[in-house]
Amino acid sequence: MYEIRLFEETLYEIYLKEPMPGAMHQCTGQEACAVGICENLNGDDYVTSTHRGHGHYLAKEGDLNKLMAEMYAKETGCCHGMGGSLHVADFSVGMLGATGIVGAGIPISAGAGLSIKLRKTKQVVVCFFGDGASNQGAFHEGINLASIWKLPVIFVCENNLYGVSTHITSVITVKNVADRASAYGIPGIVVDGNDVLAVYEVAQEAINRAREGKGPTLIECKTYRHRGHSRFDPAIYQPKEEKEEWFKNDPILHFKRYLVDKKIASEDEIKTIEKEVVAAMEEAVRFAKSSPDPAPDSAARYTYVQEDIIL
Amino acid sequence: MRSLTYLEAIREGLLQEIKRDKKVFMLGEDIGHFGGPFKVTQGFLEEFGQKRIIDTPICESGFIGFAVGAALFGLRPVVEIQFFDFVACGFNQIVNYAAKCKYRWGANVPLVIRGPMGAGNRAGPFHSQSEEIWFGHTPGLKVVMPATPYDAKGLIKAAIRDNDPVIYFEHKNLYRRIRGEVPEEDYIVPIGKAKVVQEGKDITIVTYGAMLHKVLEVIKEKELADISCEVVDLRTIYPLDTETIINSVKKTSRLLTVHEDSKTFGPAGEITQRVCEYAFDYLSAPPVRATSIDTPIPQSPTLEDRYLPSNTDIKKAIRKILDY
Ligand SMILES: Cc1ncc(C[n+]2csc(CCOP(=O)(O)OP(=O)(O)O)c2C)c(N)n1
Ligand SMILES: [Mg+2]
Repeated sequence: MYEIRLFEETLYEIYLKEPMPGAMHQCTGQEACAVGICENLNGDDYVTSTHRGHGHYLAKEGDLNKLMAEMYAKETGCCHGMGGSLHVADFSVGMLGATGIVGAGIPISAGAGLSIKLRKTKQVVVCFFGDGASNQGAFHEGINLASIWKLPVIFVCENNLYGVSTHITSVITVKNVADRASAYGIPGIVVDGNDVLAVYEVAQEAINRAREGKGPTLIECKTYRHRGHSRFDPAIYQPKEEKEEWFKNDPILHFKRYLVDKKIASEDEIKTIEKEVVAAMEEAVRFAKSSPDPAPDSAARYTYVQEDIIL
Repeated sequence: MRSLTYLEAIREGLLQEIKRDKKVFMLGEDIGHFGGPFKVTQGFLEEFGQKRIIDTPICESGFIGFAVGAALFGLRPVVEIQFFDFVACGFNQIVNYAAKCKYRWGANVPLVIRGPMGAGNRAGPFHSQSEEIWFGHTPGLKVVMPATPYDAKGLIKAAIRDNDPVIYFEHKNLYRRIRGEVPEEDYIVPIGKAKVVQEGKDITIVTYGAMLHKVLEVIKEKELADISCEVVDLRTIYPLDTETIINSVKKTSRLLTVHEDSKTFGPAGEITQRVCEYAFDYLSAPPVRATSIDTPIPQSPTLEDRYLPSNTDIKKAIRKILDY
């Protein structure tokens, strides 16, 4: 979680100081959702992500250097600079891709689930999406497909209360996004998305269910984004009291306190881990900055499987 | 006369139409208090209230279909697509419904779909595209893309008053970069009319949108000082103003088309074909096009620069035609 937080905060500081290409959506404050879920996954399980996907990639054991390089749109990035922040993907670690189209990953995850079912492996797909995405047709279509065919997909709604500036209560009439699960005959579970252990537990059950062939679950993690929607958004629509309330329930502080209280780790041990992460982050920035840009003449290389098809 | 930015001109056109006609209302994601990502509608909600300025859930197919339904019954919805790339999620409602209600049922759909399009911002494949041909190739729709503040205001007003569905493209790089004279009073720029922006006698350059400004910049360069360029700004992609293009080519005998959309099956192909059909005998060189290349739009700055037609590409194309 600390790695994800530091990644986001490092980026935030970098782009205040120097030009960085493109838009960027950060998951600061939402780290426990990605980590609590993905800690249950194996290397060969899949994840589909959203426009806010840095945390999903790191939690799925993605490569920090490659992620940072993608932020700089460098050749060494996990997508060779083609996609940037919004399109992070790395099939080698089961990260099937972030997407700039809200909700688009949901049916994709069902399709990936079908491939697992046909291959008869015990893999699962975790499909992350936001509260706002749950109003897209793709949400309903994708979950319905996964439920009628009992596909091994875990739908994880990270409900951070907002889609850009729009508060979730103004665009849905049910109390929880998870309530929508009943329309598809699958379990719908609400969990404190800032409590990594709670997320871990509900995810474990859902993932076991999926591995046993019992079909999908919809998990709604109640959480909050600490920063604006994207790097250009000062988020003046987020009321001060609301922010303060949620900042108190910071997932990282929360978990640190737990570790210390339960004597699982001492403050010093935690500091040592944090130092290692800081060093890795500095190295990642160095790696990204010193990496080459993609060569201009490589612009067409990935358009088709057959590379010379372009006229 | 007053000068406004491209964005201010669009705002003024929208505001005037909302005030003029009670049937006009706007809908889209985050257009209320937030004012949209580029702040085109900032302050509209406060001025007109929630009945006229509607924040929708994220569901393009849903709210575009909703707007078509409202238009069928006499309202005049103006839909904002947050970035035009996302219109793909509502494609069916546009190309099968909005475009074909008149043809199937004799029913009018006075609908406008507008929003930011275009590349150059390192925004990657889903926040940069040119979508004009998705719609220009769908009979039943009108497609406009103003390049100047004057046309932006005149065309948004014409679009809102039009009784057919109009797709109105705003190039996001023009919003705050381009200023120009815009009368305060009510006027429209007719849909379907191109404009000769600069007269010349050696070559006709047909273009539109952000590329108009690039072309005007390039032809001022010293290396081209000996060439007299006539520049035609299409303003409307469909219906295409064949007459203005043909008259210009008859005069100059040469054609270059420049657009930001990718090459194959892009507008340049159609424009060139019309010139071949109606003015072939006047041509003294084969027409050429300078466009983006046939790939998705990459995030990387070096690749995006390679993707878009560059000043050099345009200059080379002009030379090639003149040296033929
Ligand atoms: C199809 C589509 N419509 C609109 C957008 C613009 N947009 C990007 S993110 C976003 C909000 C998404 O909200 P939510 O699903 O709650 O995710 P969050 O940003 O809160 O993580 C919107 C409207 C988009 N990218 N794609
Ligand atoms: Mg949200």
